[in-house]
Amino acid sequence: MSAKLSEIKNGNCATVTSIEDSSIRLKLMEMGLLPGKAVTVLFRAPLGDPIAIDVNGFVLSLRLDEASLILVEEPSLAIA
Amino acid sequence: MKIALLGNPNTGKSSVFNLITGLRQQVGNFPGVTVEKKTGTLQIDGNTHTLIDFPGTYSLYPRSKDEQVVYSVLSNEDAEDYPDVVVVVVDQSNLERNLFLFSQIYDLGLPTILVLNMTDLAQRNGLSVDADKLKTFFPAAHIVSTNARVGMGKERLMTSIADMAQAAPERRTPIPLCPIDDVTCQEQEAASRYTFIHQVIDSSVLRIDKEKKAAVSSLDRLFVHPVFGYIIFAAILFVVFQFIFAFAVIPMDLIDTGFAEFAGWLSLSMPKGVFSDLICQGIIPGIGGVLVFVPQIALLFFFISILEETGYLSRVVFIMDRLMRPLGLNGKSVVPLMSSVACAIPGVMATRTIADWKERMITILVAPLMSCSARIPVYTLLIALVIPKTRILGVFNLQGLVLFGLYTLGLVAALLVAALLKFILKSRDKGFLMLELPSFKSPRWGNVGITVWEKVKVFILDAGKVILAISILLWALATYGPSESMKKNIAKAKKESKELHLSKEQAQQHVASAKMESSYIGQLGHFIEPAIQPLGYDWKIGISLITSFAAREVFVGSLSTIYAVNETDDVNKRLIDKMRAEKRSDGTKVYTLAAGASLMVFYVFAMQCMATLAVVKRETNSWKWPLIQIGFMGALAYFGAMITFHILS
Repeated sequence: MSAKLSEIKNGNCATVTSIEDSSIRLKLMEMGLLPGKAVTVLFRAPLGDPIAIDVNGFVLSLRLDEASLILVEEPSLAIA
Repeated sequence: MKIALLGNPNTGKSSVFNLITGLRQQVGNFPGVTVEKKTGTLQIDGNTHTLIDFPGTYSLYPRSKDEQVVYSVLSNEDAEDYPDVVVVVVDQSNLERNLFLFSQIYDLGLPTILVLNMTDLAQRNGLSVDADKLKTFFPAAHIVSTNARVGMGKERLMTSIADMAQAAPERRTPIPLCPIDDVTCQEQEAASRYTFIHQVIDSSVLRIDKEKKAAVSSLDRLFVHPVFGYIIFAAILFVVFQFIFAFAVIPMDLIDTGFAEFAGWLSLSMPKGVFSDLICQGIIPGIGGVLVFVPQIALLFFFISILEETGYLSRVVFIMDRLMRPLGLNGKSVVPLMSSVACAIPGVMATRTIADWKERMITILVAPLMSCSARIPVYTLLIALVIPKTRILGVFNLQGLVLFGLYTLGLVAALLVAALLKFILKSRDKGFLMLELPSFKSPRWGNVGITVWEKVKVFILDAGKVILAISILLWALATYGPSESMKKNIAKAKKESKELHLSKEQAQQHVASAKMESSYIGQLGHFIEPAIQPLGYDWKIGISLITSFAAREVFVGSLSTIYAVNETDDVNKRLIDKMRAEKRSDGTKVYTLAAGASLMVFYVFAMQCMATLAVVKRETNSWKWPLIQIGFMGALAYFGAMITFHILS
């Protein structure tokens, strides 16, 4: 199921599929956010913005409008 | 040999720097920009080498103006700071992202030392790095592992630097960087670089604990909690301010009285004359006026650097960012603004961590609007003078409420001006946060101490010059005047004292008052009287406004001189009595409620602090911003005071 990183709930994991063309795309890529990278949303600031994500063991905080540029794929839950 | 020290933020780069240079450090700026450049020296085999600490970055391609220094120095062999050897510090527990910058630097072809730092953290995270395997990917690099926080690995690193100094490896053919404005090229480079890094990681990082899942630490649960997060932050601020107000006063008083006594002693032992006056009344009090800020600066940076070292500060940024953004500020503006409640000087100096130029400028410009501790003596004097000691609704003390109102007025003004500046200041880049939240660590006291020492040194050496110059100028203006009228006034005051049978002390005060009146500053006070009349002030207040440009609390001392109040015992009470009795030529009171309140508002807004001005000049590297600051704060003060006066009278 494809979504924006900003829409992923706390504690959930998602895989980056692409980043929208923008002035900060390069910076996000340099932080290791490339297609195929699995990230976990850890927690959000009190007003829901910014969010903190885990990228390979380090915690990165992104403003919601920054996170909404990152398109991700959520692993579909197996329905038994 | 010139050695460049590079690395990502939060890799312990400054610990490595402190480890191998100790206190042999200097702080300056990179040529032409206001980016802090720390240089240190180290001695190896009798040779002195220079270590240059570059700002922490994630990539050679800059994401802010400040980071541009790294690219512009390393891409230009003729640059003043172009290194012979590069030392790159990486966090082993986070090798993937750290190798990104390292591989970029490695590709420049310079002799390179890779410092694998934070061995302990990697172990805690269940990782182990195979340095031999890593070296097969970067054959020309020396690899050293350290744990700089506990001082481990110093010898290994020094040996490696010594080897480089003796027989530096040949420079390899560099792989050229992308042009600084070619983003497509840089994005392609980033993608292919990470593909390569994944191969490196797969072969050289051993994951002992394969299924270690990302988890939220319990501390983070608390610190970013919608209720407790803010309560904890408020509690920490409360404790910090308690400490500052309780303990900074002691050394500040010592400096104050120490310098006054020294000047008094010296003036007695020196031959009388202009030279003695210049030293005892101009220069020594001027130096005292610089040093008196040191306790507050030192204490604030002591606390700020502890909070920073532990990783807590980035959580504050995280929970405050959303609240500050509508005002054109950043989560990182919170600490500078809060510090300004004690003193704007450390507040302005603490804005260095704000990477975005526009957000940093707004923070610097509005920080002095926060009511600092130097306003307290002015506020308390004026409140005691014109606000009655009554209770509102039976519980609230009116005087306390007014004091609280003045602090609130300053805070609201700071936030509103920030919101306004957001639209006025133009910036090419869109501000972004993208902040790393480092893991929690206990602070290293050595690093804390060095930070405090550096901030104090920068303040004394750089801002001190300007402060000293202005205070000597102000002293000269208050001491000298057109000689004819000065002589006449002093003679008249002496005659009056005799006629009134004043005691020797009272006579001295009477003469001092007359002298001040006829000095250049006194004349200036008369000259500006028409301009300050609409605010409800007379020329005597005008004199105090001018002299207190040195520092706000000087207002009280100046009025004491003008009203000839003995400074030794219970100044405030006697000064207040004199001020209450002060009448205009038409017989009405000078210090009415309207005039008092107008003065309070004036001091909330006006940039009456040459030390802050000097620091803003230093931090922005130009006189443009401090002048703009005087201008807009002066306008706010003038019109704010005028409106207050007219509403209340």
